[in-house]
Amino acid sequence: MKATTNCQTIEILSLSDKQLRELSTKNVLSLSLAEMKAVQDYFRKLKRNPTDVEIETIAQTWSEHCKHKTLTGIIDYTEEKGTKKTKRTYNNLLKETIFKATMELNKKWCLSVFKDNAGIIEFDAKNGVAFKVETHNHPSALEPYGGSATGIGGVIRDILGVGLGAKPLANTDVFCFGNPHTKDSQVPEGMRHPKTILKGVVSGVRDYGNKMGIPTVNGAVYFDEGYMANPLVYCGTMGIIPKSKINKKVNSGDLILVVGGRTGRDGIHGATFSSIQLDQECDVNAVQIGNPIVEKKVLDTMLKARDLNLYRAVTDCGAGGLSSAIGELGEKTGALVYLDRVPLKYDGLVPWEIWISEAQERMVFAVHPKNKKRIVALFNKENVEAVFVGKFTKDKKLTLKYDSDVVASIDMFFLHYGIPKPIRPAVYKIKEENVQKPIKMNSASLLKVLKDVLADLNVCSKEWIIRQYDHEVQGQTIVKPLQCNSIEGSGPGDAAVIFPYTVAKGTKKGIVLSNGLNPQYGKINTYKMAANAVEESLRNAVAVGANIEKMSVLDNFCWGNPNNPKILGSLVRAANACYDMSKAFNIPFISGKDSLHNEYCIGTKKYSIPPVLLISAMGVIENVVHTVTMPLKNGGNKIFVLGITRNELGGSVLAKIKNVKGGVVPEVYPKESKEIMERIYKAINSGLVQSCHDCSDGGLVVAISEMAFAGDKGVKIDIDVIKTKGELSVAEILFSESNGRFVVEVNPENEFKFKGIFKDCIFAEVGCVTEDKNVVFESVKNKIKVKEKSKNLLNAWRNTITW
Amino acid sequence: MKKVKALILKTAGTNCDYETQTAFELCGAAADVVHINSLVEKKNKIFEYDILVFPGGFSYGDDIASGKILANEIKNKLGDKVKKFSLSGKPVIGICNGFQVLVKMGLLPDPELFEQTSTLYYNDSDKFECRWTYFKIEKKIRNESSCIWTKNLPDVITLPVAHGEGKFISINDKLLEELNKNNQIVFRYSTKDGKTPQYPLTPNGSVEQIAGICNTKGNVFGLMPHPERYVLALQHPSREGFDGKYGWGKIILQNAVDFVK
Repeated sequence: MKATTNCQTIEILSLSDKQLRELSTKNVLSLSLAEMKAVQDYFRKLKRNPTDVEIETIAQTWSEHCKHKTLTGIIDYTEEKGTKKTKRTYNNLLKETIFKATMELNKKWCLSVFKDNAGIIEFDAKNGVAFKVETHNHPSALEPYGGSATGIGGVIRDILGVGLGAKPLANTDVFCFGNPHTKDSQVPEGMRHPKTILKGVVSGVRDYGNKMGIPTVNGAVYFDEGYMANPLVYCGTMGIIPKSKINKKVNSGDLILVVGGRTGRDGIHGATFSSIQLDQECDVNAVQIGNPIVEKKVLDTMLKARDLNLYRAVTDCGAGGLSSAIGELGEKTGALVYLDRVPLKYDGLVPWEIWISEAQERMVFAVHPKNKKRIVALFNKENVEAVFVGKFTKDKKLTLKYDSDVVASIDMFFLHYGIPKPIRPAVYKIKEENVQKPIKMNSASLLKVLKDVLADLNVCSKEWIIRQYDHEVQGQTIVKPLQCNSIEGSGPGDAAVIFPYTVAKGTKKGIVLSNGLNPQYGKINTYKMAANAVEESLRNAVAVGANIEKMSVLDNFCWGNPNNPKILGSLVRAANACYDMSKAFNIPFISGKDSLHNEYCIGTKKYSIPPVLLISAMGVIENVVHTVTMPLKNGGNKIFVLGITRNELGGSVLAKIKNVKGGVVPEVYPKESKEIMERIYKAINSGLVQSCHDCSDGGLVVAISEMAFAGDKGVKIDIDVIKTKGELSVAEILFSESNGRFVVEVNPENEFKFKGIFKDCIFAEVGCVTEDKNVVFESVKNKIKVKEKSKNLLNAWRNTITW
Repeated sequence: MKKVKALILKTAGTNCDYETQTAFELCGAAADVVHINSLVEKKNKIFEYDILVFPGGFSYGDDIASGKILANEIKNKLGDKVKKFSLSGKPVIGICNGFQVLVKMGLLPDPELFEQTSTLYYNDSDKFECRWTYFKIEKKIRNESSCIWTKNLPDVITLPVAHGEGKFISINDKLLEELNKNNQIVFRYSTKDGKTPQYPLTPNGSVEQIAGICNTKGNVFGLMPHPERYVLALQHPSREGFDGKYGWGKIILQNAVDFVK
């Protein structure tokens, strides 16, 4: 070990606890005192101080971003309900909830779960489909365009780096922002205006996704003041991979090949920086700089190399850069890397910067020496840089050299398993939810509220965003995000279906993608928020014709600071809901990711985000011909509402608009809704359904109105026959957001068969489709008649975001 | 019968190559995706093919201007070969970014001149937009144009567009007059019933709603919409198609394959 001009020794052996803390903060290591002491102990045994490269390597590897130490750490959890307290200790929350459910369900068609860069399920006899969703929140807050672009770029590389590489077929994106109509004067100093962030983020995803030639087909945007300081940017990618390419293996003696972009000083400390609260002093160097065309070239060439069996393992350079990528691949073998061989964007990088830089568009391969020349030639042929930087060894050590000096030498075991497990306390107090005071409205006010709900930021059309994404590239998007009966029009589709006919030649199958999230519910009850998200994601997929027997889900937690016991407690609750729902619906989780520490400090005031669990669902559809869309199709068809409407307005759009106090957050009744979902699949597959729409934000009245204006039709609905639990007022029936409900259009000639399929379920025929283009909701019992032209409702819905 | 061979030229940033390949295969052709580097290496390889395709995407990131860098590269490294191929009467098509490339290297509207005389500029809406719209093939075109790509199409068809730079502008009015006179403006954005549309049905503000043009001979064709994204009825927003199975894009590509046969 030798300190050179480029590599410093860091004094750690003699430091006091206080000094260790200071060192962690000063060098953006984001390590706790216990972790710093573990590092100190390790080097005390070696009887030497670490180099800067070593300490940076450990910090990246042990970062929350890479290790997920909260979800896999020890949690002492206390739940309070009234005066009753229940305690439970989790040794590994993830393994004892989400992962446990997957293990217990033990689906044969789950081909790779929770171990690689993405989860993989079976598509057909030859192929699997992989799905991963990531967050890129902190970078997007600092630099919205670059942050979101590299967010999508990064998750695409996860798909390239799963197994031996999958071909990306579709992207998804989900954002949470502050209110874009906020007055400038109300934006706190040091923060960007939410509209600026939104526009930057959308442009970033658009430019990167479009230039990669991957359609962005599904997503959501959620607005809440709580995200003003700290926007959330979720990016997902789904890809297809031959089953024979799912496993990777690194052998001692394999060469380490770095392919793609060059390494620069961008993205230094990205992994560790994501664990600190944002403030005005944050370093923009932590944000990476993306170049989609470089990544596109890597994609095109690496799949050729994959099919020629020119490498044995691959992973992407994400958080922690080469440090994480090579550290992971070489965990079982050891690795020797010559940092001076890494191609650089410009001179002047010191060894530790080269090693942890998160410069984009880089992949790392393990190559058998016999393929050395062929693989480099293949990449070079299409102008892709590919350089060998070292080899995998058998000494189980990570050794880094720079100009023949050893600048790091750490045991792989310590690096990967030396991190101490802290015990964190968590508490959750279950709030009592009560039904709000009865809400009475007359016909005129109901119509006004309906228009307000349609125009609400969380219900209104997101066409301005969706059209900027090329959602049709690759020619395989056969259920589109915006739906209509001709080619003009733009109803909100529930889920997207990709028909991968250019890859799996001759196939009839498709892949459905959908999502569920509702942070509003989480403000009251994070268990219900999580349960709702799972149910909503499934409901959305079922509405276009998915079979829930072939569905899988991904979890993405975005939470505040887990060192706050209350915040951690709400996370434990949500994780438990995931377990319960996974088991009840018989749906495995296949991958996930958490982003904690989403908080922002201005002066002494701390802002923490309302917690969000995004559930992204992926499933395989047997025959894409049997998929349906949501616009109403023909006058004279009958409209059915499946499921029961309860008095559940807690966290609803109506409650927000009318400032309703109290209310019960929608509960999930898995048995009830699973039965309905199974039968809808049967009905859609038998060709008995003309259109189908999931009922969520805004309730039944929104779902039915959307179907009408998307199809340019009218409807006549009898409110009195809608099935409810107990006596509900008209407003409660129309705007309650109860789960498990669908609106379905059926041709009268199929009515008998359709009813037969649902004979043991709760459902009602509530009206019919009309050609007069008037939307009519009537309750004779309550002397209510809401009537409006469907075009006017369309305008209310689509005029909120038009820039 | 001999198998018709299509060459789909790709470079960094090309991204509609595979669906274009699949679409030509559906029309009975054999289609190869060939990287420009290997074509530069073996310049005469181009003449092993019957159809030359410039597919959609963002060649070289559309840096400087859409299609411009690839247009220059082709012109510098392969110009004479591409010109010879075009003048031989074999079908050549540029789709979206490919159309931008054809226009910017000057292979359209006049491959003999081979100079840029028109451009595809930023959409009036100043943003990338992905949507379906209608295209009109005027009666005069249907009767008199020599365009081999647009035969057997009805008056109005639907196809999807997805671009940020699709506004066709010609260098002067005289060129526009000639294009009209020679029946070279084969596709115009239109309403469902063939009338002049408003935004968004005319998605970019093109002069005279121009969406696709060909050379006077009718073998070289450039268009903004994506025929390869509508070869199957399934790809249509409401699953419309002809023969219950296919989309209008298939007719366009099939025309070229049948022409070669």
